[in-house]
Amino acid sequence: MLAFPLYLCFASALGLLLWRRTASRLPHWITLATCGLGLLLTVTAVIQRTPGAEVVTLVRLPWIPTWGAEFHLAADGLSASLLVLTGIASVGGVLFSWNVQDRPGEFFSLYLTLIGAVYGVFLSWDLLLFFVFYELAIIPKYLLIARWGSTRRDYAAMKLALYSFLGSAAVLVGIVALYATSGLNTLDLSALARHSFPPSTQAWAFPVLFAGFAILAGLWPLHTWAPTGHVAAPTAASMLLAGVIMKLGAYGCLRIALPLLPEGARESRFVFGVLAVAGIVWGALVALRQRDFKFVIGYSSVSHMGFVILGLAMATPLALSGAVLQMISHGIIAGLLFAVVGRMVYDRTHTRDLEELGAHRLGKTLPFAAVTFVLAGFASMGVPGFSGFIAELQILLGTWPVSGRLVAVAGFGILLGAAYVLRAVHLGFFRGDDSPPLEALAPPAPITVPEVLGSGLLLVSTVGLGLFPGFVLDWIQPALAGPFFDGLRRVMVP
Amino acid sequence: MENLAKNLWVIPLLPLLAATVGTFLPRRLHRVTAGLSVAALATAAILAAAAFLSVVRGGALYSNVPWFETGTLSVRVGWILDPLSAAMLLMITVVGTLIFIFSTGYMAEDPDSGRFFCFLSLFAAAMLGLILSNSLLLLFICWELVGLASYLLIGFWYSRPPAADAARKAFLTTRIGDLGFLVGLIWLYSESGTVLFYDQGAGCLEPAALSGIAGRATAGGLALGTAISLLLFCGAVGKSGQLPLHVWLPDAMEGPTPVSALIHAATMVAAGVFLMARMFPLVALGGSAELPAPALVVMAWTGALTALFGALTAVAQTDIKRILAYSTISQLGFMMMGLATGGPAVGMVHLLTHAFFKALLFLGAGSVIHGCHGEQDIRHLGGLRRRMPLTFATYAVGMMALSGVPVFFSGFWSKDAILHSLSHWAPSRVPFLLGVLTAAVTAFYMTRQMIYVFAGTSRGPDSAHAHEGSPVLTVPLGILAGASIALSAVTTPFRPWLEHFLSPASTPSESGSVWGILILSALACGAGLAAGGILYRNLGVALKTGRDPLERWVPRMYTLMRDRFRFDEFYRATLVKWVGAAAWISAALDQSLGSVFRDLASFAASAGSWLSRTVDQGVLNASFDDGCQAARDAGGLLSRTHDGQPQRSLRILIAGVIALAAGLLFLATS
Repeated sequence: MLAFPLYLCFASALGLLLWRRTASRLPHWITLATCGLGLLLTVTAVIQRTPGAEVVTLVRLPWIPTWGAEFHLAADGLSASLLVLTGIASVGGVLFSWNVQDRPGEFFSLYLTLIGAVYGVFLSWDLLLFFVFYELAIIPKYLLIARWGSTRRDYAAMKLALYSFLGSAAVLVGIVALYATSGLNTLDLSALARHSFPPSTQAWAFPVLFAGFAILAGLWPLHTWAPTGHVAAPTAASMLLAGVIMKLGAYGCLRIALPLLPEGARESRFVFGVLAVAGIVWGALVALRQRDFKFVIGYSSVSHMGFVILGLAMATPLALSGAVLQMISHGIIAGLLFAVVGRMVYDRTHTRDLEELGAHRLGKTLPFAAVTFVLAGFASMGVPGFSGFIAELQILLGTWPVSGRLVAVAGFGILLGAAYVLRAVHLGFFRGDDSPPLEALAPPAPITVPEVLGSGLLLVSTVGLGLFPGFVLDWIQPALAGPFFDGLRRVMVP
Repeated sequence: MENLAKNLWVIPLLPLLAATVGTFLPRRLHRVTAGLSVAALATAAILAAAAFLSVVRGGALYSNVPWFETGTLSVRVGWILDPLSAAMLLMITVVGTLIFIFSTGYMAEDPDSGRFFCFLSLFAAAMLGLILSNSLLLLFICWELVGLASYLLIGFWYSRPPAADAARKAFLTTRIGDLGFLVGLIWLYSESGTVLFYDQGAGCLEPAALSGIAGRATAGGLALGTAISLLLFCGAVGKSGQLPLHVWLPDAMEGPTPVSALIHAATMVAAGVFLMARMFPLVALGGSAELPAPALVVMAWTGALTALFGALTAVAQTDIKRILAYSTISQLGFMMMGLATGGPAVGMVHLLTHAFFKALLFLGAGSVIHGCHGEQDIRHLGGLRRRMPLTFATYAVGMMALSGVPVFFSGFWSKDAILHSLSHWAPSRVPFLLGVLTAAVTAFYMTRQMIYVFAGTSRGPDSAHAHEGSPVLTVPLGILAGASIALSAVTTPFRPWLEHFLSPASTPSESGSVWGILILSALACGAGLAAGGILYRNLGVALKTGRDPLERWVPRMYTLMRDRFRFDEFYRATLVKWVGAAAWISAALDQSLGSVFRDLASFAASAGSWLSRTVDQGVLNASFDDGCQAARDAGGLLSRTHDGQPQRSLRILIAGVIALAAGLLFLATS
C-alpha cells in the first residue's frame, strides 16, 4: 500500500496534463484528492504494520538485467517516516496554492510529478532507480520556478538546476564507483550494504557521494542555490523545496553514502561536521540581515539543514535519529513559514520587504497570519514543545562525544536563530508605533478556509511531534538499529 | 503519598488548561478568561498547600515516567516533591493567586486582557513545572517556556516600541545564559547517562553518579563537576539577572506591573537561584568548609558584585519600577551569595521572603501607577501618603522588609542569615563587607524612594489627583504585607523552622556570633535609613534646582549610577556591534559566494573550452589535416595504379593473387 501514492501522483499528473480544460477549480480538487489519498494510504499502511528495522519489499521487477538494475521499491521505518512527511507537506502545499489561477492544470501536473519523484526516492531500493527519481525531481522544480515564480525567477531556476546537476554528477560518479568496485553486478541497496568496500575506495568515494547529496541539503558553501530558489518559487514550490526536496539530499547521505561507505564516513566526519556547523552559523547570520522576508526563511533553512548535515556527519545513533527527526521537523516548520510569508502575506500585500511591511500592521489586520507565524517561529527557534527542540537536542547530544566544540558553535547558531526569528516577527507583524506612516492601504483580504486548514495541519504536526516524539522515533529507531546499518554502527563507535 | 507524587502534574496542568481554554474564547469574554485563570491558580494553591503539609509530615517523594526512546537512551521525566519544591510550590501558587487577583483590577480596562491572562496562566504552568520536575531536561524545557512567557508578557503592549525592544532583549540575553545551561545539560548527560535528579540511586544527583563525576578532570584541568556546574550557572546568571547578563531585567519593566511582580521579582528571576539550589549536590562536589568547590566561589563573588552593583544603580534611578528592578538584581545577588556560602537553605529562605515583600512592593508600585494614571517618574509623584493611605501603609511594610528593619520583618532575618554565613566564609572576607555595605545602600535607596513617592506634596498633575484603587487592588497588598511580617516567625535564628525544613542537615549556629551579626545588620540598616532621611528631608526645596540631592553631593558618581555603569552602552559598542558586523560580512560574502562559484565555473568552462580548442586545432585538427594530407598523398601514389590500363591492372592482380597463394601455401606447409 505504501507504493500507491507514488503511482497515484504520476497518474494524476499525466491526467491533468492531457486533459486541457482547466479553467475551473477541478485541478485543485484533483490534486488535493491525490495528495490527501496519498497521505491517508501512507498513514493507514504504517498503522496497520508499524514500520521498523525490517525492509519490506513492495515491488521487485527486473528492469535492466545486464546491469543488475531492478524496479525495486521497499521501505523501512526511515522511509516510512519520510513518506508521512511528504504526505503532510504535499497536502499543505495544495491548500496553500488554492489561489493559483495561472494554468492550474500544468501547475498541478508539475507539482504532482515532483511529489511522485519524491515518493520514488524515498521508496527506491535500487541505486539506479533511486538516481532516476532523484533526477526526475529537478525538472518540475525548474519549470515551476521559471514559469510560476517571482523575483529573478529565471536566474533562480537556472541556478537551482545547475547546482542540482552538479550534485547529481558527483552522486553519479559515486554510484558508478560503488557498482564497479563491488563487482557484484547488482544495484540492490541491501546487497551493497552487506559488501565491505576497500578502504581506499571508501576514502574518496564517500566524500564525493556525501558532498554530492549534501549539496541538495544545503551544504555550506554550496548552499546559495537554496535561498534564491526558495524566494523565487511559488509558495507551494517553496514549501516543497524546503520541506521535502532538501530532504532528498539528506536521505541520500543517510541511505547510501553512510551505510555503504562507513569507513569513509569516519575519516571525513570532522570535515563535514565543520562545514555543517559553518552552515548553521552562517545561515543564521545572513538571515539576520535580510530585508526580504522570504530570504530570512530561506537562510533559516540553510541553518536548520546544517543541523541535519551535522547529525549525518557525526553518524552516532543519537545524532542520526536526531537528524531524521530534524528532517521531518524542518519539513513541517519551513513549510509553514513559507506558507505564511508567501501565501498569507505576499499574495495579499504584494511586498516582502520587511521595512515596508510595517505599514500594513499585519499584527492587527491579519492576526491569524501573525499568530501562525509566531508559533512557527517559536518552533523554528527550538522552543521546547515543538518538534525542532527534540531533534536539535538529539543531534547535539550525539555530537558531544565526538566534539564538544562543534556543539558549542552549533549552540551559538541556535542563539542567532532566536535573534532572526524575533526580528522577523517584530518587523513583519508587530512594528507597533514604530511603523512607517499608515498610508491608505486597503485592508488585506481575509484568510481563507484552505489556509486555516493547511496551517492547522502543519501546526498540529509540529506540536504533536514535539510532545510525542516517540511516535515517529519508534519507527526511526529500530530502522537505525537494524541490520542495514550494521556496518555503520560497527565503525562509528563514539 | 504515592498518589500525590504520581499526580503532581495536575498542579501545572490547571493553569495550562486555563490558558488553553482562554485562547479559544472570543475576545469579548475576557472576564471569563480572567476568572478561569484565577480559579485555576487558586485551586492549584489549595493542592499546593496539601502537598506542602504532606511534605512537612513526611519525606521527599518522586515518580518518573518514560517519555520516548532514542539512540541508546530512554528519556524519562518525572515529578519531585521535596522540601525545596514544596516550599517553592506554595510560594508561587499563593503569590501568583494574589497577583492574578490584583491583575483582574489592574488590567480591567485593557481590551486585550484575555490574552494577558492566557499568557499569565501559561507562565504559571511553566513555572510550576519547572520547580516540580525531577529531570534536568524537563526543568530546562520549562525554563525555556517561562522565558517564552516572559517574552510574550514583556512585549504585551507591543505597539510601544520600548516594550517590543525590551521583550526581544530579555529573551535573547537570557538565551545567552541558556546556551551554557544546554551545554552543561548535554555534558552531564554524557557523563552520567541520565538527567533524572533522583531515580532510586541511579539519578544524577545521587551518590553513585556524583562519585563517578568527582575527581575527574576536563581537558583544561578543571574538575568535571566544576565545569558542568559553571555551565549550568551560566543559565542561572541569565535568568536571575546576575552580572554581566543583568541588562534585560530593568528593561523588562516595560511589561504590565503585575508581570513585573510575578515574573520579574517573585518567581522566574528566582529560578536561577532555585536551579543552583536543586543542583547543589553537584555544585558543591569536592569542596569542604575551608576550601569550597570552585563553582561556589564563583557564585559567591558573582553574587556579591551583583548585590552591590544593583543597590548602587537603584540609588540613582527615577522610575519607580526600575528602582525596584535594580533592587531585585541586588537581592538576587544576595541569594546567590547565601546559597554559595551557607548552603541551599540560606539562599532559599531569602528567596521565599523576598518573593512576598518584593511582590508587595511591585503591586504597591502598580497601585501607585494605576492611581496616578500611568505616571512612573518619582520626580512627578509625591505626597501620596494622604491620597493613598492603604498603599502607603503596605508599601512601607515592604520597604522595611527589604531594607532589613529589625525584628518584625522577614527580610531582616533572611538577610541576616546570609550575612551570618558570609562572615564565616573561609576564602575571603570581601563578600561579607560588600554584603554589609549593600544592606546599608538598600535601606538608603528605599528611604529615598519612599520620600520621593509618599512624603511631601504632589509634584505633578497626575499625582495630585491620585486615588486609592478598588479592594481588588488593595486586599492582595494587605495579605502580602501580612505575610511579609508573619514569615519572621519561622525565619529567626532562634527558631529557624523554614531553614531546617529546607535543609534538615544544617547545623544551628552559635548564639554568640548570631548577636554580633544581628547588631551589625541592624546598624547597617539604620545607617542607610538615617542617611536617606537626612539627605532627602527637604526634597521639595532641593528639586527646585532640578537635581537630586545626592547628585549635588557626588555628581560624578551619581551620573555613573544613573547611567547604570554604562553596561548597555558597552554591549552596544562591542557584542551587538560584533554580531552585526559578522552578519554584515556573512551576508556580503554570501552574495559573492554565489558569484565566486559562478566565476570559478565559468572560468573552468572557458579554460576548458580554450584547452579543447587548442588541442582541437593544434593536435587533433592538425593530425586530422596531416592524416588527410597523408591520405591524399597516398591516394596520389595509389592513383597512379589506376591509370586506365587494364593490362597493367590485371598484371598487378595476378601478381597479387600469386603472392597471396604463395604466402598461404608457405603458411600451410610450415
